Amino acid sequence: MTAPTAAGCAAPDQSAPIPASVDLEKETVITGAVVNADNEAVAGAYVRLLDATGEFTAEVVTSPQGVFRFFAAPGTWTLRALSRHGNGELKISADRGINEVGLTVAA
Amino acid sequence: MSRDTALVSADWAEQNLNTPGLVFVEVDEDTTAYDGGHIPGAIKLDWKTDLQDPVRRDFVNQEQFEALLSDRGVSNDDTVILYGGNNNWFAAYAYWYFKLYGHGDVKLLDGGRKKWELDARPYTKDVPVREKTSYTAQAPDLSIRAFRDEVVEAIGVKNLVDVRSPDEYAGRLLAPAHLPQEQAQRAGHIPTAISVPWSKAANEDGTFKSDEELAKLYAEAGIDDSKDTIAYCRIGERSSHSWFVLKEILGHQNVKNYDGSWTEYGSLIGVPVALGDEPGKA
Repeated sequence: MTAPTAAGCAAPDQSAPIPASVDLEKETVITGAVVNADNEAVAGAYVRLLDATGEFTAEVVTSPQGVFRFFAAPGTWTLRALSRHGNGELKISADRGINEVGLTVAA
Repeated sequence: MSRDTALVSADWAEQNLNTPGLVFVEVDEDTTAYDGGHIPGAIKLDWKTDLQDPVRRDFVNQEQFEALLSDRGVSNDDTVILYGGNNNWFAAYAYWYFKLYGHGDVKLLDGGRKKWELDARPYTKDVPVREKTSYTAQAPDLSIRAFRDEVVEAIGVKNLVDVRSPDEYAGRLLAPAHLPQEQAQRAGHIPTAISVPWSKAANEDGTFKSDEELAKLYAEAGIDDSKDTIAYCRIGERSSHSWFVLKEILGHQNVKNYDGSWTEYGSLIGVPVALGDEPGKA
């Protein structure tokens, strides 16, 4: 999987390093891992980024290590994870740079 | 068209995996998902390498589409069932191609890969072998494809439906939030376009909302039934999803997808652009 480009719109490989072209001075990156109740990584979970009003903004599928990543903007966001093991939700406040969060799913 | 002719459910699909005359096709931009496991019997189409022209900025032409489907063993009389990731965006895009090139019977799997995954339905890594065919495509049906000049002329005249997220519409973001934001084009939307994010047409599990909910969604957003409609997004795949809803599920007439979408429009010299949450004036 190559770095994301303007040509595509699908979610890039979530386990790949952040491309060198991404300027972390400008981007607000929200990243983390989805785990189950036993603290095991959940691969193939659908993580949805909802804005401050609860409106859907983006969705990615977690990597084999359960990792997800969004490029958002500073502000309040809700992360919602759906998986075959159950769902989970977390409200966060993001700033410019890398914002690391953990998300647990349970049936 | 209606939900009954354009969609199949995951239950129906699972019961018909071995039905002769059906071809399941997974369509994605990133086909590593297919390689890691797919619906048993499904073939794959790579949106980027199979469905885009490798040189020009356009999708495959009639001859390229014929060569592709012949090579993958799809016949004109096969019923093609499309599904994919990203809430079926790229599958809906491919559906639009199949319609554009006049395929007889094509349907979307409601919910795509997501519903299949959340239901914990079976996958396989086996890649089916299909005999090559001699597929014949029709001349492109341009009644469902909009080009830029037509879009500029439609400002204040036709329904323009911007299906990107509210922040992309307003110009606060340039791309969906799972992608880096540095882009060449200007931010904003086409003046007079109404904002109806594609996501409002889908349930959380990726299936389409009910006919009643969908009709209400577009009516409340201010779509005028007496006018023709053009849907757009950033590169034309999310708007294929909304085009599918308007044309194939709700049965609106004269609905076009503007596949050039914001990456083209936002790069044009001299065209009007509106910023903020309101449609703006013509």
